[in-house]
Amino acid sequence: MQPTSHSFKENAHTALHDERLQRALGNMRAGFQDKRRAAIDKLPEFEALRDQGRDIKNHTLAHLDYYLERFERRVTENGGHVHWARTPQEAREKILEICRSVEAKTVTKGKSMIAEEIALNDFLEESGIEPIETDLGEYIIQIRKEPPSHIIAPAVHLNQSDVEESFRKIHTDLPADRPLSEPRQLLDEARAKLRNRFIKADVGITGANFLIAETGSTVIVTNEGNGDLTQTLPRIHIVLASLEKTVPTLEDAATIMRLLARSATGQEMSVYTTFSTGPRRPEDLDGPEQFHVVLLDNGRSAMLGTEFQEMLRCIRCSACMNHCPVYSVVGGHAYGWVYPGPMGAVLTPTLVGVEEAGHLPNASTFCGRCESVCPMRIPLPKMMRHWRKREYERKLSPAPYRSGLALWAFFAKRPALYQRLTGIAMKLLGRFGRDKGRFRSLPLAGGWTSVRDMPAPQGRTFQELYREKKGAA
Amino acid sequence: MVEEAPQKKPRVGLFVTCLVDLFRPSVGFAAIRLLEQAGCTVEVPEAQTCCGQPAYNSGDFADTKDIARNTIRAFEGFDYVVAPSGSCAGMLREHYAELFKEDAEWGPRAHHVGHRTYELVSFLVDVMGMKGVEAHFDGTVTYHDSCSGLRELGVKQQPRSLLGSVEGLKLKELPGAETCCGFGGTFCIKYPDISDRMVSDKADDIVKTGAETLLAGDLGCLLNMAGKLKRRGEKVQVRHVAEVLAGMTDQPAIGEPGRGS
Ligand code: SF4
Repeated sequence: MQPTSHSFKENAHTALHDERLQRALGNMRAGFQDKRRAAIDKLPEFEALRDQGRDIKNHTLAHLDYYLERFERRVTENGGHVHWARTPQEAREKILEICRSVEAKTVTKGKSMIAEEIALNDFLEESGIEPIETDLGEYIIQIRKEPPSHIIAPAVHLNQSDVEESFRKIHTDLPADRPLSEPRQLLDEARAKLRNRFIKADVGITGANFLIAETGSTVIVTNEGNGDLTQTLPRIHIVLASLEKTVPTLEDAATIMRLLARSATGQEMSVYTTFSTGPRRPEDLDGPEQFHVVLLDNGRSAMLGTEFQEMLRCIRCSACMNHCPVYSVVGGHAYGWVYPGPMGAVLTPTLVGVEEAGHLPNASTFCGRCESVCPMRIPLPKMMRHWRKREYERKLSPAPYRSGLALWAFFAKRPALYQRLTGIAMKLLGRFGRDKGRFRSLPLAGGWTSVRDMPAPQGRTFQELYREKKGAA
Repeated sequence: MVEEAPQKKPRVGLFVTCLVDLFRPSVGFAAIRLLEQAGCTVEVPEAQTCCGQPAYNSGDFADTKDIARNTIRAFEGFDYVVAPSGSCAGMLREHYAELFKEDAEWGPRAHHVGHRTYELVSFLVDVMGMKGVEAHFDGTVTYHDSCSGLRELGVKQQPRSLLGSVEGLKLKELPGAETCCGFGGTFCIKYPDISDRMVSDKADDIVKTGAETLLAGDLGCLLNMAGKLKRRGEKVQVRHVAEVLAGMTDQPAIGEPGRGS
C-alpha cells in the first residue's frame, strides 16, 4: 500500500464532507465504546490484567532474540519452517517462492495487517497469482479496491447499501432481484461465493495474533471462522507475522487474549481462536502438508532501545482508534496507510518515515483517551510527542509555525517583559472587543476564527489587577 | 510538647495560567476567594508566565525546560501549587518530572513542585476537604470534563460535588462529557477542519441538554466551546466553574459583551 499520509489534511477534509462516511463513523463510535465499557465493567480484575499484559510484553521485548530463537527452534522441531525477512521485499519474495513451489494459481488469505503492510496482494497479482480475501470485511474492500480503514473492522467506513452495491456489481451471475438488504444476506452471499475458492486454493496465508515461543505455535483470533478454513484446507499454510508478536508461553498468550477481545469488540473471547503448531502429523485428520512462518522485521528491531520501544507492545486491538475523537470524525483512510488512529500515528512514522507521516503525530489533541483505554498501557500521546520533538529538532515543522513559537517562547521565558507586553496587548484587545464580547476575525488568528469566534479578553491582565489590589491593601 | 499543634494555614502559590491571566482574570480572583474560604493563604508569584505546554507539545523541549525552570523556581517555596486548570496542573505535576528525569539537579526540584501541584477544584475537595461552597446561582448548568484534568488528574466527582452545594443550581449531565472538545492547544489552529467538527458535535450535545450555562475547569476548552457556540448564535452562557463556585458571576460570561474590568 502506497502511503498517502503526507496528504492527511486533504484526506481529512474529504472525509469530513463525506456524509455516508460520517454516518458510518457515528454508528461505529457508539457501538465499540459501549461494548468495551460493558465488558470491562464485568471484569473487576481488568486493571490488574492490563499490568500483567504490559509486563509480559516488556519482558519479551527485553529478551526478544532469545524468544525468537526459541520459537524458531520449536517450529522446526514440529516440522515447520521459519523464514526471516528484514524488508517487505524479502517477505514477498519468500512467499512467492513457496507459492511457486506448488504452482499455486490462487491463494486464500485470512485477515492480516502485515500483508497490507508489505502490499502482498498487489505483488501476488503481478506475479500471476490470485489472492482471495476470506474475511468478509477484507473481501468487501478487496472487490472495491480500497484499503482497510480500521484494523479489526476493515470495512467499518461502509454502509450496508455500499456493500450491496458492490456485490451486485461483481457477482453478476446471481439473479438481479435477490434480496440483499440484511447483513445476514450479504454474509451468506459472500460465503457461497468464497466456498469453492477455499477448496481450490493450494496455499492459505494468515496473519498471527501471537507467536508462542514455548510451543512454536501461532495463534489467530477471528469472528468468522474463515481463518480456520484458510489454514486447514490448502496444502500449504503460510503464517506471516512481525517479530513483536512473540510471547513466551501459552499462558501468556491466554492472559493477553483476555485483554484483546474485550478491548476490541467488548467480547469476552473472540468466536474462534485457532492454534497452529506445525504441519499435519500422520495421525491428524486434516491440516496442511507444509507449515511456514515468515517473520517480518521491517523496522521493528530498530525500535528496540529507543523511545518507541513501548509501541511494540501493541496487540492491534483498535481500542485506541475506537475512542479517538480525531479518528472518529475523519476515519481510517485519512491516515493514509495501513495503521490508522493513535497507534498508527506512532507506528506509521517509524515504518514509512516522519517526512511522509509527520502529520499523524501532530493531528492529536493529546486528550489522552487512547492511552486510557489501551490494554497494553502504551503511552501513545507521549510517543506522538517524541515524534514532534524529532520533527522539531530536524526542522521539519513549517517555518512560520516555528518562528511564531520561538517568539512566544522568548517572552514566556522573561516574565517581566512578558507581563508588560501582554498588559498592553490585552488592554487594547479588551477595548476593541468589549462591544461584542468577541471577534469574528483577528489578524494572525485565522485558524481559530475561520470556524469560531474569539472571545474577547476582559481587558486588564490578572497580574496587573492583582498587583494593583495588593498595592492598595 | 503540645499534643495537637493548631493546624497552620497552608501557603498556596496560585499558578494563574496564561489564559486566565490574559483572557479572564476573574477566574484568578475566584480561585483566590475559594482557596481562602478553604482556609489557605494565597500568594501569586510574579515570576510566572505559562506552564510551557505550547512549546512542549510542539516538540521544543529546550524552551519548555527554560520555562519550567522559571516556574519551579517561582513555586518551590510553597506548601502547595494550585492552578485553575487541569491541563496546566497536569503539566507541572506529570510532565515536568518527565522532562527532567535525567537531570540530577532539576529532576528532584521538578518532582518536589509537581507533587504539591493540584487542579483547583480537586485541591479544594481532596486536600482541603471542602464539602460545599456558599454560593448562589440560578439556573441549569451542564459540565464538560476537560481531558487533562479528567485523565491525568482524576478530576470528575469533585466539581460535581461542589456544584451540588450551590444554592439554586441544577446540574444536567452532558452526554459525551468525556469526549474532547477539539481545542488541543495548537491543534485547533493547525487542523481547523477537524477541530471544527469536534467542537460542533460538542456544541450540539451542549444545546441538546437545554442547560442555560456551560461550565468547565479549563479556559482553553471554554474559549473554544464559547467561540463555537457564539459563532452559531446560541444563547448558552459559558463560564469557568470557579466563578460559579466562588459566587463571582458579575462579569459578563465568556464571549458576551459588556464592560471589562
Ligand atoms: S495501541 Fe493499544 S489500544 Fe491501540 S491497537 Fe495497540 S494495543 Fe490496542
